[in-house]
Amino acid sequence: MEFLSYLVSGVSLGSVYAIIALGYTMVYGIAKMLNFAHGDVIMVGGYISLLSMTSLGLPWWLAVILAMVVCTVLGVVIEGLAYKPLRNAPSLAVLITAIGVSYFLQNSALLIWGASPKAYTPIIAGSVKLFEGQLSISYVSILTVVMCILIMIALTLFTGKTRMGKAMRACSEDKAAAQLMGINVNRTISMTFAIGSALAAIAGVLLCSSYTSLMPTTGSMPGIKAFTAAVFGGIGSIPGALLGGVLLGIIESLAKAYISTQLANSIVFAVLIITLLVRPAGLLGKYVPEKV
Amino acid sequence: MKKVISLVMVMALVMCLMAGCGSNTESATTATEAPADTETAADTETEAPAEGGSFYIGGIGPITGDNAIYGLAVMNGAQIAVDEINAAGGINGYTVEYKFEDDVADGETAVNAYNNLMDWGMQVLVGPTTTGSAISVSAKVYEERVFALTPSASSPDVTAGKDNMFQLCFTDPNQGSGSAVYMGANMPEAKVAVIYRNDDAYSQGIRDTFVAEAANQNLEVVYEGTFTEDTATDFSVQLTAAQAAGADTVFLPIYYQPASVIMAQANAMGYAPTFFGVDGMDGILTLDGFDTSLAEGVMVLTPFSATAEDELTQNFVAEYNERYGETPNQFAADGYDCVYAIKQAMENAGCTPDMSAEEICDAMVEQFTSMSFSGLTGTDMTWSTAGEVSKMPVAVVIENGVYVTAE
Repeated sequence: MEFLSYLVSGVSLGSVYAIIALGYTMVYGIAKMLNFAHGDVIMVGGYISLLSMTSLGLPWWLAVILAMVVCTVLGVVIEGLAYKPLRNAPSLAVLITAIGVSYFLQNSALLIWGASPKAYTPIIAGSVKLFEGQLSISYVSILTVVMCILIMIALTLFTGKTRMGKAMRACSEDKAAAQLMGINVNRTISMTFAIGSALAAIAGVLLCSSYTSLMPTTGSMPGIKAFTAAVFGGIGSIPGALLGGVLLGIIESLAKAYISTQLANSIVFAVLIITLLVRPAGLLGKYVPEKV
Repeated sequence: MKKVISLVMVMALVMCLMAGCGSNTESATTATEAPADTETAADTETEAPAEGGSFYIGGIGPITGDNAIYGLAVMNGAQIAVDEINAAGGINGYTVEYKFEDDVADGETAVNAYNNLMDWGMQVLVGPTTTGSAISVSAKVYEERVFALTPSASSPDVTAGKDNMFQLCFTDPNQGSGSAVYMGANMPEAKVAVIYRNDDAYSQGIRDTFVAEAANQNLEVVYEGTFTEDTATDFSVQLTAAQAAGADTVFLPIYYQPASVIMAQANAMGYAPTFFGVDGMDGILTLDGFDTSLAEGVMVLTPFSATAEDELTQNFVAEYNERYGETPNQFAADGYDCVYAIKQAMENAGCTPDMSAEEICDAMVEQFTSMSFSGLTGTDMTWSTAGEVSKMPVAVVIENGVYVTAE
């Protein structure tokens, strides 16, 4: 019974990683850049939703929508101001800019909302009890898993079926050729950021609901873990992000429970290294040899 | 072209000079402003302090960042003590200047803060507030012979090998073994789980002595789980394992912020053991947005209880409430006591503000190792030559959102 309970907490932890990883992988797959500010957009989403629930007294679903709107605008503005001018610059320059944006967001949050941690009220409380109360699964965990799967399906359909999605895939394969075919590459990439940031807002709400504490650095560590998950699953692959996130969560949870809480992180990253040695593109990633 | 360049350079030079002036006058005004304030405060009282200088007492602690609650409490508590002392005629007739610098609970920043305070003219240091910072700064104060009394940095490493670094709070070993002794006496047959942060000297230190003493107290430690700064968000595995191991008491030698997450997650999974914390748990009730009903029944081993009946505590709590709008925690009381302990030592030794920091330091070391001090956080406290304090801990329990002395 404990095993099931560990598994459940692993899956719910993993789905939080997975939702964040979906945002990373979207942007990487299409814009071919690592948006290290993603974790901090999550933190902004957390704050906006918390404040609209506590200060404005909005119901939780309205708070989530408001957070999504604010994060989408933020994501598009960041992309327009910080990344667009560097579209043709070396990828290292964009990477450093992204790290800069990440620090900028963290420190702005520090100025606006202060440093002391705030306790986050979960959007839904309570848990469902199974097996005569021996196994309890919180509603937030269930919601996280369901949201994660829904988002994955929606994104897969979006990139596979819609015009915009096709344009995104075209940009991802070859920007220059896509432009020649009449696709507005800049607009497509902005759209990607808008979607990625809206996902970040949802991730922020779910992350804070599970781990009820919010401060300006809240997004950074889960951001890095989720990035790891995205690479583990194969960066650029949408189902890969889900698989990577959930596996990472389960490994972390079981390692904590059965091997050692002290070694859990080492084990997670050891698994990652071994996977990447065997499959350099990640579990579901496509290995594309560099053409010279 | 050359003219333009030279013009620009002259401009730059002038700007530099002006910038220099600006900062000079600025620091000068802040320096004069402060005594003016205290003087007016003193004028309204009975006794005007003697002319001819002030004692410069500095403070260091986190007033921003994760641990801001501690630093703010120490700063506010000490400020109340300083204002009271100035209003009552100062120390040996001289006013006290007090300045507090932020260190974000980071060792390197703390050393910079210390250097800033030394430039300001600090003679005695009340701080640093947190253990990591205190260890960094203690090397500096030892080297430069400045007397330091930390309100709350509780690791023995803070004072080890430094004759002029003293602690007002319990050391970590005392907190760990004290908790075990308390549980052994008051909660017999408790099955204890320990969840601690193993990348933190404070948490690890308390856990070590707790586990060692638990064996002597017939306490059964059924589970031990760790976390690190990076994994301080998800405790469901540790809590499930503790529950599965049959623990009815969870000992949390950690700071309040992860503790609040642990309580929320335990509540979500329907696990309701008795949580037992040490001084780092203090502050949980003032955490912004925290549902204090989650902390109902939490026990904290602390030397200070805001509900104590004695007059000293009652006055302090009333004053703190009036100024800062909240009930002071143990750290505020520690900060307050530090200033009064220094006052007592300075009066015994007959210190004057024209003495150098080093002269004051020697006098203070002599006084602290021989005197006995009574304050908010204990009566008849004494210090060993190693700088460790000896006083009795009290357990408090959280009831209806306030600390109440446990029976």
